[in-house]
Amino acid sequence: MLDDLDRKIIAIMQDEFPLVAEPYREFANKLGISEDELLDKLQQYRQLGKIRKMGAVLRHRKVGYAANALCAWIVPEGRIQEVGQLLSKDALVSHCYSRSSHPDWPYNFYTMLHAHTREQCRVIAQTLAEKSGLEEYTMLFSTREWKKISMQYFRENNK
Amino acid sequence: MITAFDKRLLNIIQMDLPLVKSPFAILAEKLDTEETIVIERLGALKEQGFIRRMGPFFDSAKLGYVSTLVALEVTEKQVSQVARKINSYYGVTHNYEREGELNLWFTLLSPNLADQDEILDIIRKLDGVVRFINLPSVQKFKVNVQFSLS
Repeated sequence: MLDDLDRKIIAIMQDEFPLVAEPYREFANKLGISEDELLDKLQQYRQLGKIRKMGAVLRHRKVGYAANALCAWIVPEGRIQEVGQLLSKDALVSHCYSRSSHPDWPYNFYTMLHAHTREQCRVIAQTLAEKSGLEEYTMLFSTREWKKISMQYFRENNK
Repeated sequence: MITAFDKRLLNIIQMDLPLVKSPFAILAEKLDTEETIVIERLGALKEQGFIRRMGPFFDSAKLGYVSTLVALEVTEKQVSQVARKINSYYGVTHNYEREGELNLWFTLLSPNLADQDEILDIIRKLDGVVRFINLPSVQKFKVNVQFSLS
């Protein structure tokens, strides 16, 4: 479980990462704890999977990945685990989830695909379909981005 | 402009930013360069918009948040208005117009299901929303946005 200090640390760590020799010291100072204590906590979060990645995320379009498609699949219930493992291995798949389906929307599995062009997205989906033997899927290309942000956890009350 | 060195740096830092006192010194070692150069180039790449965010990325479910993906069919005339209203909610992290009958798709993170329901109920009833399909995740297999630059 997370206590108040955990929530404070997680909230602060979403501030801009300082580009200085000892960045964690700056975060620790803001929190009023020692750098060692902060690093211990962050290592714990990573071990527990609360931190899923330490690193950078790039802007797709700036690095040439201008096309993205949400690809929705129909996967038989009994194959979900196997298909999940298989499709998440592909480097061009960034997100991979099984989801509840819906009476008028039968798709129960979703992958986010990234490529330089839409045509390449189609090729990736086709390749994944062949590899997995899945035949029913639909590609949902975006036409307008209305919002895309990183979640600011534990800051709901001081937006 | 982005150099071959920048690409190597971006490839490495997408995978790992070390949890040690001097993380950039570790990256510099891997890249056979100086810490100050790593820091300077990261500043430039951030400035030029190549880097969206740096630091820890948290697993929303492991922090206790609930998430869902929602697909809407919205009448053409009201798409902008509905999209803006959806944008106004704090936990909406992605909101895209897409081709097809279901033309607006967004993701919502909430501290609990009651908060999620409250927001979804409002959105479901917005003018112009013809169809509302809630697609909560059953299992997450992968979340990792990583682009190999060469």
